[in-house]
Amino acid sequence: MLVAGLSAGVCMKHLLSIEELGADGLTHLLELTDRFVEVSERKVPRVPALQGKTVVSLFYEDSTRTRLSFETAAKRLSADVMTFSVSTSSANKGESIRDTVETIEAMGIDAIVVRHKAAGVPWQIAGWTQASVVNGGDGWHQHPTQALLDCYTIRARLGSLVGRSIAIVGDIKHSRVARSNVQAFIALGAEVTLVAPPTLLPPSLEGWPVKVEHSIDAVLGRVDVVYLLRMQLERTVEALVPSLREYTQIYGLTDERSARLHDDVLVMHPGPMNRGVEIGPSVPDRLNTVITQQVANGVAVRMAVLFELLTGNRS
Amino acid sequence: MTSLAICGGSVLIDGATEPTRADVLVVDGHVVAIGGSVEVPHGGEVLDASGCVVGPGLLDLHAHLREPGNEAAETIETGSRAAALGGYTAIVAMPNTTPAIDCAAVVEQVLRLGRSTGLCEVLVAGAITVGRAGEQLAPMAEMADLGVRLFTDDGSGVQNNRLMRRALEYASALGITLAQHCEDSALAEGGVMHEGEWSARLGLPGQPSEAEELMVARDIALSRRTGAPVHFLHMSTAGSVELIRRAKADGLRVTAEAAPHHFTLTDAALSGYDTVFKVHPPLRAASDIAAVKVGLADGTIDAIATDHAPHTPETKERSMLDAPPGMLGLQTALSLALTELELPIARIFSLLSSGPARIARADDRHGHVAVGRAANLCVVDPSATWIVDAARLASKSRNTPYAGRTLRGVVRHTVFNGAATVVDGIARR
Repeated sequence: MLVAGLSAGVCMKHLLSIEELGADGLTHLLELTDRFVEVSERKVPRVPALQGKTVVSLFYEDSTRTRLSFETAAKRLSADVMTFSVSTSSANKGESIRDTVETIEAMGIDAIVVRHKAAGVPWQIAGWTQASVVNGGDGWHQHPTQALLDCYTIRARLGSLVGRSIAIVGDIKHSRVARSNVQAFIALGAEVTLVAPPTLLPPSLEGWPVKVEHSIDAVLGRVDVVYLLRMQLERTVEALVPSLREYTQIYGLTDERSARLHDDVLVMHPGPMNRGVEIGPSVPDRLNTVITQQVANGVAVRMAVLFELLTGNRS
Repeated sequence: MTSLAICGGSVLIDGATEPTRADVLVVDGHVVAIGGSVEVPHGGEVLDASGCVVGPGLLDLHAHLREPGNEAAETIETGSRAAALGGYTAIVAMPNTTPAIDCAAVVEQVLRLGRSTGLCEVLVAGAITVGRAGEQLAPMAEMADLGVRLFTDDGSGVQNNRLMRRALEYASALGITLAQHCEDSALAEGGVMHEGEWSARLGLPGQPSEAEELMVARDIALSRRTGAPVHFLHMSTAGSVELIRRAKADGLRVTAEAAPHHFTLTDAALSGYDTVFKVHPPLRAASDIAAVKVGLADGTIDAIATDHAPHTPETKERSMLDAPPGMLGLQTALSLALTELELPIARIFSLLSSGPARIARADDRHGHVAVGRAANLCVVDPSATWIVDAARLASKSRNTPYAGRTLRGVVRHTVFNGAATVVDGIARR
């Protein structure tokens, strides 16, 4: 499906998962991102690289930040951007995904950025279109550009991921961010510890080269990065945790725990945050909490991805 | 007088462990002679069976024919044609139609449509509860009067323990068998594949094996309590097979079936997110497949049943969460058994024909090759191969998970009530 290697002469058609991208592909895109960080810092942050190209964002699930980030990235590359908003579209009237994709494709497009509540939809769409497909998040499965921007952010702060110890804390089971980041962090040489109650871990960790802990205090003294995941209130209804209060007691990076952290330790979060639940109210304002840098790097990473997919085939 | 002779094949006569070289003469719907060479009456049809095994016609305990209600996916006629081409002379129509087969009127309609197609005998499974809603008992006695012998809410299991107990008690006086789709809805809720290594990796919600096994265990206990027989539909886990093995050792009146996809495909097949592999119960782990195969060999599992579940391409082209579960099975079951099971051909026919015929209480007319018996026969070339082409299947739908696979075992002819429904792999009507 995806041609993973980005070495000379090999080009990517789609970006569907970190696994398919591989370590070389990851590294290549992170290096490419440097160029677009530089573009983003210009007074007029725009280059004509994708003039004449059309990028569609096809979001079946609500998302403000990821959609805006992709659309901003496309615009800074001078691509035309179409937004397909499901709540106001025919998909809401029962049109199949395949029919929607074929309709959009008939308008002449080059890339589709898709988000869907169901894992696998980007793969299904890739089978139905000639355009490049970018996975903007599929169910609990993958969110490869989030992993890229997280890796980029860590590299920018720590130089490299090699040998670094990273704890991912929270609802791993339902998290596409966790699944992508586990693969990306490990591919780039980091050690990963998952910190979650057993109810919020995947039903099997067979083939996941990770450690597991069942309290955040077990890892805080020895990690370089604390990556917090959003904890949703619905999880208490599903009997996955008794209450958010108990979750915060065992897994929250509270202000008190944060005060004990070494200054160099990075604190990250993919957003949106629940202040007071997984993250203490003042933790986002801490010096090495890099949540806004993650967002900023997100645009540059997505510029790199769109640039690679839509120009790579010609070189 | 109409006559038909099947010449040149090896015949799997009732009670034999191996086929023997013989011809079969059929007159007026019955087998009248089996011998080294039979004299074909003037004007009688002759079917060439050289290289083939002549076995009993197959009986499928588990076919979703979609009529009434979803004739875009399948009709009784197209499903019956697929069945005949697959070597079947009888199929049991599952009741999860719209409306459900939960009263005499719908039973009569399905039986009538089945008779009018004349491609195989269409038997009916009635619903246990009204509308398959799991709340109120359906009029089982009224349906039993029309010949219905199997009852199930297939598509879902009867969740309420007390209601299931009552259903079994009530059924025990009627000479019928209740069949269960074992799936505890609370444990399985939202699951679209087997819960395990692959669901964890693919980010899809899973159904744990225990969702099936808990209901198997419950119904074994209730069968013990009530003395009523229970048939377990599409057994898919190693744990279920073991529970049934022990229940049989205890002398309980339990029977079980397995679907071909549960002994040929694992959950790894979902890795490409092709919804054709979405099915309930889900494709399981390799260790479950191995256990199902052992169960098929040692008699724990009595029958291979297809769970033939046609869906139109439009409905299967949804996401993994939204696409309906189910896959085609009627035209591939015998070939899959011959390709994937290392069992004697007599055991294969027992699993596909005489075993299910007893469970359906249709063994007076199906599951036999013997003089004096109804001529319901399947003539298969067990060593010939074919490549599954979804577009060429007789079903109205295309959702076979075996497209492109080379399978061993080609159905040459099918004889239903003494008349050929399939000759040289082509349906007669």
